[in-house]
Amino acid sequence: MTVTEVRKDPGSRTMTLTAEFAATVAGVWQLWADPRRLERWWGPPTHPATVVEHDLRPGGRVAYFVTGPDGERSPGWWRVLAVAAPYALEFELGDPGIPPLLVRVRIEERPAGTRMVIVTTFPTTGAMDRLIVMGYEQGLTAAVGQVDAVLDARPTAG
Amino acid sequence: MVVDDVERDALDDVFHALADRTRRDIVVRTLQAEYSVSALSRLYPMTFAAVQKHVAVLERAALVTKRRSGREQLVTGNVDTVRRAAQLLDRLELIWRARMDRFGELLAEDLDATPTDPGPGGSA
Repeated sequence: MTVTEVRKDPGSRTMTLTAEFAATVAGVWQLWADPRRLERWWGPPTHPATVVEHDLRPGGRVAYFVTGPDGERSPGWWRVLAVAAPYALEFELGDPGIPPLLVRVRIEERPAGTRMVIVTTFPTTGAMDRLIVMGYEQGLTAAVGQVDAVLDARPTAG
Repeated sequence: MVVDDVERDALDDVFHALADRTRRDIVVRTLQAEYSVSALSRLYPMTFAAVQKHVAVLERAALVTKRRSGREQLVTGNVDTVRRAAQLLDRLELIWRARMDRFGELLAEDLDATPTDPGPGGSA
């Protein structure tokens, strides 16, 4: 079991996902730091990601698009806020004109391998209703095609 | 967690409706207070007819409801539909879980290829 815990706190608009891997910290970091590796897990098989820009430094940008089954491309980007290779990464995830989602990644050495904690936080402006609507926007941003693809994959998986 | 076709079509309408900045703004406003279409049309640099069209798209997606009061059409945000938007957070979880599954698979491939990782490396 890769994902060991998911906590969602609507109060702080935060989702915290914890995963454990039988791998080294460096190995885990490479999957973020190497664009070709990133492409292999970021989008689902039906919507593979192509990374066109990858500058993992504070202020740097990662730009990508996912290609749907009909060939339609949906763009996405990260704005890198902080990097402490190979242990931590912080970036905004979004599309132009849309309030971005904050993503914080922490990678820790564990006796049996490596633990990765991913904390995603929605913007803090406005009323809860507005944030929920933004939740939809983020869905658009992160996943127009991916949502259905992921859901489609669920019933047959496992 | 399976979403049936009806629900998916409904979600498509919601996604489409919320893909436009003006329509998002109308939803946010009408969740907080009832607005007439003419009051809304004064908020945006567009015609009454254009705003009316936006409201119609939102109505189709059940994001707002419209009622008539004399000569005015009053628009209210539909909390239930917006609440359904919260489900998207659950979907966000599914997306990240699926990502982590692929992440783990990739790492497992690495492990097969190189049984022991020789050095640290790995800086960006």
